[in-house]
Amino acid sequence: MSAPLKTSGLLRVLTCGSVDDGKSTLIGRLLFEFGAVPDDVMEALLRDSKRFGTTGDAPDYALLVDGLAAEREQGVTIDLAYRYFQTATRRYILADAPGHEQYTRNMATGASLADAAVLLIDARKGVLPQTRRHAAIAKLMGVPRVLLAINKMDLIGFDQAVFDSIAADFAAVAAQIGLEQVQSIPLCARDGDNITMPGERMGWYRGPSLLAALEACEPASAAPDAPARLPVQLVQRPDADSRYYLGSLAGGTLRVGDTVSNVVAGVDAKVARIILPQGEAERAEAGDAVTVALDREIDVSRGDVLATAPLPILADTISASVVWMVDAPLERGRAFTLALGTARVTGTVTAILGKLDIATLTDVPTATLAVNEIGRIEISLAQPLVCEPYTTSRDLGGFLLLDRLGGETMGAGMVAEAVSSRRHLKWQALDVTPAVRAASKAQKPVVLWFTGLPASGKSTIANLVERRLVALGRHTMLLDGDNVRHGLNRDLGFGEADRVENIRRVAEVSHLFLEAGLIVIAAFISPYRTDRDLARQVAGEGRFLEVFVDTPVAECQRRDPKGHYAKAAAGQIRNFTGVDAPYEPPLAPELHLHTLEHAADALAEQIVDDLRMRGVIF
Amino acid sequence: MSLPAHLRVLEAESVHILREAAAQAQRPVMLYSIGKDSSVLLHLARKAFRPAPLPFPLLHVDTTWKFRAMIEFRNRLAQSPDVDVHVHSNPEGIAQGINPFTHGSVVHNKVWKTDALKQALDFGGHDLAIAGARRDEERSRAKERIFSLRAPGHTWDPKRQRPELWRLYNASVAPGETVRAFPLSNWTELDIWTYIQAEGIEIVDLYFAKERPVVERDGVMIMVDDDRFQFRPGEKAEMRRVRFRSIGCYPFTAAVASDATTLDEIVAEMRTTKVSERSGRLIDSDQDSSMEMKKREGYF
Repeated sequence: MSAPLKTSGLLRVLTCGSVDDGKSTLIGRLLFEFGAVPDDVMEALLRDSKRFGTTGDAPDYALLVDGLAAEREQGVTIDLAYRYFQTATRRYILADAPGHEQYTRNMATGASLADAAVLLIDARKGVLPQTRRHAAIAKLMGVPRVLLAINKMDLIGFDQAVFDSIAADFAAVAAQIGLEQVQSIPLCARDGDNITMPGERMGWYRGPSLLAALEACEPASAAPDAPARLPVQLVQRPDADSRYYLGSLAGGTLRVGDTVSNVVAGVDAKVARIILPQGEAERAEAGDAVTVALDREIDVSRGDVLATAPLPILADTISASVVWMVDAPLERGRAFTLALGTARVTGTVTAILGKLDIATLTDVPTATLAVNEIGRIEISLAQPLVCEPYTTSRDLGGFLLLDRLGGETMGAGMVAEAVSSRRHLKWQALDVTPAVRAASKAQKPVVLWFTGLPASGKSTIANLVERRLVALGRHTMLLDGDNVRHGLNRDLGFGEADRVENIRRVAEVSHLFLEAGLIVIAAFISPYRTDRDLARQVAGEGRFLEVFVDTPVAECQRRDPKGHYAKAAAGQIRNFTGVDAPYEPPLAPELHLHTLEHAADALAEQIVDDLRMRGVIF
Repeated sequence: MSLPAHLRVLEAESVHILREAAAQAQRPVMLYSIGKDSSVLLHLARKAFRPAPLPFPLLHVDTTWKFRAMIEFRNRLAQSPDVDVHVHSNPEGIAQGINPFTHGSVVHNKVWKTDALKQALDFGGHDLAIAGARRDEERSRAKERIFSLRAPGHTWDPKRQRPELWRLYNASVAPGETVRAFPLSNWTELDIWTYIQAEGIEIVDLYFAKERPVVERDGVMIMVDDDRFQFRPGEKAEMRRVRFRSIGCYPFTAAVASDATTLDEIVAEMRTTKVSERSGRLIDSDQDSSMEMKKREGYF
C-alpha cells in the first residue's frame, strides 16, 4: 500500500465517460500508481481478461471495475462502483459512473456528494452530446469543480491545436450551462502521460497533471460563519433528567451557549453541551456527528431542525429540479413521501413546469417525466418542512421522492425555491387556552381515529362510542368519511392527491375541535400509514389514539351494506380500497378491534373503558 | 496518536449511518462477527449513542467452527453491561453434524452462515441488520449500497438496487423486505488498522504474530485449533510464527507468516503488503463470482 499520510483529508471524485474513452484504463492507472491493486487481485484480473476481456493479452482494466458477474459477461458497466486510493496527502473516494446505461440516474447519484468531477473524452471525437449531458448533470448536482480529461492524445499525435480546439468547445458548453470552475487536461492514460507526472511528449502543455489538479481541489464545505443547521436524527432519554439530540451538523458552526430554535415548533433554548465522537467539545463544524444537550426541555423530535439565526423558512410549497429514476412516468397529482434531511413529509406534485432537453440544454414544456429525464416541478406539502435552496445546502436542499407504499426511491430532487404561504401571518394569542376549555368539560381532549377497510364497521362502532360518551355527559364531535365529503371536502375526488388532501383537511379540523376541548371521533378508511401519521402529528403526541377496526376483507365483502364491493368487483368503481387499491394496516395501533370475535356493542364499551383508564374521561 | 483528518470524516459518516439505521428501523440488530471490522463497528456504535446504551442487540452467528480465541473474546464482551449479545447456531447444522472436512466449504457456508443468519433474523423479527462489510473487500461489494434492500427470503438482486444520494438513506420497505446497513462501506483495510491503532480498540489476539500449530495444505497454512482437525495422510502440525489478516472458521482461514506483534508493526506491514486481505478466506474463491452468489442467497 502507499506511504504514510503527511497532511490528510478526503476528496470525493466522480468519474464519467464511456469505456471507449479509456475511463477504466485511467482508473486502473490511478489505482496502480497508488498501490491499491494487490497482486492476487491482479492475477484474477489477468485470468478474467483472457476469458472476457477485449484487450488481448494485456489486462483489461474495465474488468477490475466491473464487479458484477453480469457486467463482466456482457462487457458493460451497469452500476455505479466505488474505488479508493490514497496519495501522500489525502484519501480519495472515486465514484465511477457508467457512461451509457442509466447514466442520468447513476451519474446524479455519484455526483450528489462529489467535490470534483472528471469528465473523460476521446481526443479523436471531441465534445459529444454525451459530454454536454455529463456537464449539465454536474452543474445540476452542484459539483463545484470539473476537470475535462482529454484522453488518447497519442492517437492524434499529441497535437496542441486539437487540444486547444476541444478545450475551447468545452469552455463554450460550460459557459452556456453556468459551470464556473473547469479545467482541460490532455492525457494518454494507457502510457501514463499527465496522469501523475507531466507528459514529456506534450511539452507544450504547461498546466497540472490530472493528479496535481485533483490534489489542488478542496473538499466542498459550508462557510464556517453560515448559520448552524442540525437535522435531528434521534432524541435520547437515557434517564428521566436528561435529553440528547443526535444529528449531523448540516451547515455552519455550533457553539456551547448558542441559542437554537426548533423552527417547526417555534421554541428555542441554549446549547448546554456538545459531544463529538472524540468527546466533549465547545464547538462543532459542518459535517460533524454531534450529540447536543439543551439548557431546558423543548419540544423536539426526529425530523425537526435545530437552527441558529437567521432561521430557515417553514415551507409548504417548493419548486425543484427532479431526476426521475423509475420506469413508470411521473405525472401531475402523484403523491409521495418526501425525504429531506431527517424529515419525512407527504407531498403532492401540483405542476410539471418543464424538462431539460439535453441536446440543446434548454427547458421545454412537458406533461410527464420519463425515466432518466430531468424536470422542474412544484410540490405542495401536507406538513410544513424546514428546507433551503440546494445551492445553499446540499443537506437541506436535496430530497428523495419515495413511493408511499413500499418506500421505493423513485426520484431525487433539488429545492430551487421554498415558499411559505404563512410568511405574513402571525399566530394570534388568545386568553382562553385549549387547556382552559378542556378543564371546564372535565375531560382530556383526544382524537379517536378509526381506520379500516370499507364496511369493516368503523362508522357503526364510532357511533356507539359517541352515544355512550354523550350519555356520560361528555362533549364530543364525530367526523365521518362519507359525511365530510358532502360538505367541507365536496371538491375532492378519489385520486391520490385528493385522498391526501381529504385526510389533511380532516386532520386540521380535528385539531380545531381538540383546541375546543372536545373528544373527536374520526372514522375514515385512511388506507395509507403516512396519512394517519400526519393526522397524529397534527393532533400532537399523546392526543391521538389510533383505533384499528380489523375485519378480514372477505367479511367486509360479505357485509357490503352500500354495495360498493359488488360494484368494484364489477369494475364500476375504480381505486376501491380492498379491491384494486391498497390498505396498509397500522403497525402499533393504540386500540386493535377484532370484529369477527366481538359484537360492536362490546367493542364500543371496551373503548370507553380504555378512555377511562387513560384518564381521558374521569 | 491523533486521528488523521480523513478518518475523522469517515468516523462522522459511519456514526450518521448508524443513527439513521437505528432511527428508521423498528427492530434493528447489529451483526457481530468478532473480527476487527466488528470491533471497529462496535466502537463506532458506542460513540454514536453514548451516553445511552446501544439501541440494538448484537447478533453472533456461531458456526461452531470459529477459532477458540474468538469465542473467548466474544464471551468476555458479553459481560459488558452496555451490550446485549445474542448467539445463534443453525440447529440443522448441529443435527446433521455439518463440518468443513467432510462437507466442504460450499455446504458449510450455506448451512452454518447463510441459513443460520436468515433463521436468526427471521426469529428476531429484525427489519434491519447492521454489518461491517467494506466495499474494498471484494468487487461485488464495491457495487452495493450502504442501505442494501433484501427481498423476502433475504435475497439480493444487484439490478434492483435503490439509488442512494447525499446522506439520505432509505430503510422504508414493503412487507417481508428487509435492509442491510453497512456503516463501514467507505473504509479500507488500512483505514481500519489505522483507526484501531489511533483509538486503542481491543481486537482478538489472532491478528498478532505468535508461534501457532499449522498444517501446510494446498499452498496455504491452516491452524490446528482443536482436536476436530482432520489430518490428511502425511500431514502434521508444525509450530510457525504466523498471524491472521481476516478471521472466520479456522479450517477455512489461512495464516500468513509474520513477525508483527504490535499494532505499529501490523500497520507497517499493511503499508507494504502486496496481497489482498480476503485471499486468506478460502470460501470466497470456491466458486466463480462466489461472493456475489452468496449475497444473492442472503449472506451478508
